[in-house]
Amino acid sequence: MKQIFWSLAALLSHWRKHPTSLATLLIGLSIATALWSGVQALNTQARSSYTRAAAIFNQGNTQNIIAQQGGYFDQDLFIRLRRSGLKVSPMLEGIIYLQKKELKIIGVEPLTSPKNLALEEGHSLKSSFDILDKEGKALISPETLQRLGSKSGDRIRTDHGTLLPPLQPLSSVPPGVIMTDIGVAQKALLRFDKLSRLIVDQRAILNRELLSRLTNSTLKIIESEEGNDLERLTDSFHLNLTAFGMLAFVVGFFIVNASVGLAFEQRLPTLRTLRALGAPAYLLVIAMLIEIAGFTLIAGLIGVTGGFLIAQELLPNVAASLEGLYGAQISSQLSLDKNWFFSAFAMAGAGALLANAAGLIKTLRLPVLNVAKPIAWREMHYGYLRRQALFSLLAFIIAILIYFLGNNLLSGFIFIACGLLGAAMLLPFILTLLLLFGETQAQHPLVRWLFADGRQEIPGLSLALMALLLTLSANIGIGGMVSGFRETFLAWLDERLVAEIYYETVTADDAREIEAWARNDREIKAVLPVWRAKTMIDNYPVEIMGMTFHDTYIKHFPLLSSKENVWENLHENDSILISEQLAQRLKININDKLILPTSENNWLVTIAGIFPDYGNPKGQIRIDHNRLALHFSDAARTHYSLRVAPISISSVITRMKTVYGEKILRIIDQEEVKKISIGIFEKTFMITGALNTLMLIVSAVALFTSLLTLSNLRLKQIAPVWAIGVSRQRLAAIELIRILIFAAGVALVAIPLGVFITWGLVTIINVLAFGWRLPLHVYPTHWLIVFVTSLITAFFASLAPIIQLARSKPIDLLKVFVNAR
Amino acid sequence: MLDKYIISTFILLIFFASKASSEENMNFLSQEKKEFETPIPGGQIIFPRDHGAHVKFRTEWWYLTTNLRADDGKEYGCQWTLFRYASEPLMRSGWDDRTIWMGHAAVTNLNEHLYAETLARGGIGQAAVENEPFNAFIDDWSFTALDSNFSKALVTASAQDFSYKLQLERNAPFVLQGVSGYSLKSHGGQASYYYSQPFFRVDGELKIHNQSIHVTGQGWMDREWSSQILAPDQKGWDWFSLHLADGSKVMLFRLRGNLSYLSGNWIMPNGDTTVLNENDIKFEPLEERNIDHHRIPTRWRLSILSRHFIIETKSLNPNSWMSVRFPYWEGPISFAGTSQGVGYLEMTGY
Repeated sequence: MKQIFWSLAALLSHWRKHPTSLATLLIGLSIATALWSGVQALNTQARSSYTRAAAIFNQGNTQNIIAQQGGYFDQDLFIRLRRSGLKVSPMLEGIIYLQKKELKIIGVEPLTSPKNLALEEGHSLKSSFDILDKEGKALISPETLQRLGSKSGDRIRTDHGTLLPPLQPLSSVPPGVIMTDIGVAQKALLRFDKLSRLIVDQRAILNRELLSRLTNSTLKIIESEEGNDLERLTDSFHLNLTAFGMLAFVVGFFIVNASVGLAFEQRLPTLRTLRALGAPAYLLVIAMLIEIAGFTLIAGLIGVTGGFLIAQELLPNVAASLEGLYGAQISSQLSLDKNWFFSAFAMAGAGALLANAAGLIKTLRLPVLNVAKPIAWREMHYGYLRRQALFSLLAFIIAILIYFLGNNLLSGFIFIACGLLGAAMLLPFILTLLLLFGETQAQHPLVRWLFADGRQEIPGLSLALMALLLTLSANIGIGGMVSGFRETFLAWLDERLVAEIYYETVTADDAREIEAWARNDREIKAVLPVWRAKTMIDNYPVEIMGMTFHDTYIKHFPLLSSKENVWENLHENDSILISEQLAQRLKININDKLILPTSENNWLVTIAGIFPDYGNPKGQIRIDHNRLALHFSDAARTHYSLRVAPISISSVITRMKTVYGEKILRIIDQEEVKKISIGIFEKTFMITGALNTLMLIVSAVALFTSLLTLSNLRLKQIAPVWAIGVSRQRLAAIELIRILIFAAGVALVAIPLGVFITWGLVTIINVLAFGWRLPLHVYPTHWLIVFVTSLITAFFASLAPIIQLARSKPIDLLKVFVNAR
Repeated sequence: MLDKYIISTFILLIFFASKASSEENMNFLSQEKKEFETPIPGGQIIFPRDHGAHVKFRTEWWYLTTNLRADDGKEYGCQWTLFRYASEPLMRSGWDDRTIWMGHAAVTNLNEHLYAETLARGGIGQAAVENEPFNAFIDDWSFTALDSNFSKALVTASAQDFSYKLQLERNAPFVLQGVSGYSLKSHGGQASYYYSQPFFRVDGELKIHNQSIHVTGQGWMDREWSSQILAPDQKGWDWFSLHLADGSKVMLFRLRGNLSYLSGNWIMPNGDTTVLNENDIKFEPLEERNIDHHRIPTRWRLSILSRHFIIETKSLNPNSWMSVRFPYWEGPISFAGTSQGVGYLEMTGY
């Protein structure tokens, strides 16, 4: 015990002498942990929100019954079913506004609802009856309550003027949702005696025939609500985030590895002395393990805090884009569990252990009598280069194998990761070649020295440079993909959203009434019903949308590929248009046949065209309006778009609102739709941008810390040059130039590597994750920016060490000779 | 009879929304609610008015138990119950109504005790009690008079594994319990209005696991309403309805508190009644069983001293446990001793 203590004390004394090394190590480990745990926090947060959201309809496995043609239906149907012995429970969902904030209200009937509806075990009964309490209760998630600036027990009015029951926070309520008694919901939504859904316990056997007879076929049982697929649909989004987190961890790990390697070499004499004094090797290893545990604890704590801050900063954007893309409500209040907390420490520990692994093994095998060689690690330069090249080759081989064998998203990421790692590991090799080339070309002895000495510097800097390379290439790669996407998306949106006004009615009857009115209105040039149905193909949710044979589509609707006379085909034959991602998933092409399950039977159709459908997680099929009406009697007949002259847009909307007020669920003009769509994507890209910037900062830190640790060792190389008459300032300038050469070299390698990433993302990841393939765009101006960024990063990272060198005291330089062996 | 335990737990959940022990429940039921009416001695029961719901009172129930025999001689028991609980003494329309309805149905034989529960809100038409003609319903369960003077009725209930349809016919008037229908429940003066119809002849059909069984027998209907029934110390009760072989009917109950409160009624075949006072009645549990973690007395010795009446009861199926939201024991019994016959037993608060 005593021995361990003193060995540990001896080992730890090293850090007192080299506080910068210690700082480097801790910073690296903390940053790696922070980025990783930040991303994990986002994922955890989102997943817990999905679970809560899905729970409303799915927990306790309920079956759902909704209106055959969409929208709301009469409460009388509920009574009729109950009085016939069907144990259904009513539900009413809708959107209400509280202080201009949009919230989903879900009205439930606690007495009849399946027991564990939406609420955690043991809580359900209590909470259900809460709703019925004298004034009732409006159950709300604590974070939504806070977002509203209200507190438990407050009663607030909807923007329509309905006074809600006292708010009661309950963590099992999904964010953005208010759960109340059905009676309250009807008042808040002004939908008296209307329901949107009936739920039944999954175990109850529902007699479809009886249901259809009792309701005159106005209601239907639906199998799985798309809301329940959130987790599956958003999987790729989260995998992307995870990949980012992993990349960040690797970059951070490089810093740790660099400083640990350095520290080990610096501590070799101490280790040998301890061994010579009689400390057994295993004891030293234990002491080192204790040290690692200490690092893990400190770095883990800092990392968890940092991760929390990062996640908190990014969460609003993540939440907004998940909501926009998938309709998923994510709680904007971070609530993290202990699993997350400990996994961050585990990650820090794993990182520290991995970085120290080589050192630990070497310590165990340390020959006692060997002479200490403090900088032996740099003498193994060529061996090091060979090893790097070998690893690089291995990574490339794996990448190639995976490219041909892999077929899922994970293998796609591994492919890109291996390509990246291979290139990164090849970097020292490439840089060495560049420096060798420079050396042979240089005439001036000082310049020759500049190149020759640079080669010696590579192993010490290589990890930092590799980190920089990864960051820069990720920046170029992801930036290229994002810009390309935005360009394509905006152009597509312009073509896709041609109609000027979009609206949805409350019921199909309302829709008929408004349609009849609109057809006779002089300002409205065309009424385009966009009825929609749902079906499943290969267990994949697919929405079917109707299209009228009209110039709006014929002239504008973007198609990736199509048969000749595609629109006539669509109008006259059993032909359909299919979204790119659905075609990709079903592996079908133009002219192929497809069996489309309709609400009545199966319908054999021909693919007449494939259209891009960016951002839609579900499959989509477009068919002729009349055919939709014919084959999908259960289609929701409540969505329409209108063509009007731009000048009439606001007047038509105002008139419709005045005349049909409550019959219109929502009405929106083209500008607004575009704004919403673009907003969603901007939010998504903002996350990418933020993570990119963070990584750039991390690699700057890596470079800075590496230079700092090197600067002390560099004295030994520089002192002789100073001794032969080169001034310190000149030497400092040369050092700076060398760093900038490195940075430039790294940036140059980063450009093709970045394009490789863009290519991988566009042709592999996007296709697998989202099902759409974007054209590969390259942005040379972006490259230039990255190049300059690299130089600036290197400049600022090297500033402190360079200044230190320029100001180093002659006595320190002279000391090198005193200590010379 | 009264299922106060159930109702009180129910009330408590709705008002206090907490998991409460039965003791707390009783405390609550014994609280006086000023806005509701309470039964008063001399209050008159009038038919057909009082077959219907009493909105000025907080709790109320329509209860039917039947002792039946199939064509092959096998014995069955059927229970049909509708509870009404209101949190304010008025009816509103739609979801604003603060009435809660709860239905229980059960079929018991030697081997099985099948039961179901269903709940409904008032005001929306899912459950209600209409009068003239009498019709009590919740979901697809109903208790409907087939004529204007309620001499014939039809009772139906259905659940996943059982259903029944019973025709009832009475040949005697309704029987007022207690003093002209005013039935004391404690020494402290808690009481309810209570009347019965123990003379129903039953003919009907049961369906158990999709197998139809024709049955005949006798039924006992109970009607009771109040606003404040229990004394603070009362924890539960044991209630018997007995069809004697000579055509007489006997109702006995014991409310278990610090000091138990016993009462009963001897009903002659012609409908004449004699109230049995506390000192006249003796309840002795003979055998207890562990059912669903509760110790339940399933065999009893009952004595009415003044009438030299001593019987021992036996449950048709000792496992007649109603594991509903607020569980209790209810099932058919048979008895022998100075008299013999069949009946029903209900035990709560164990």
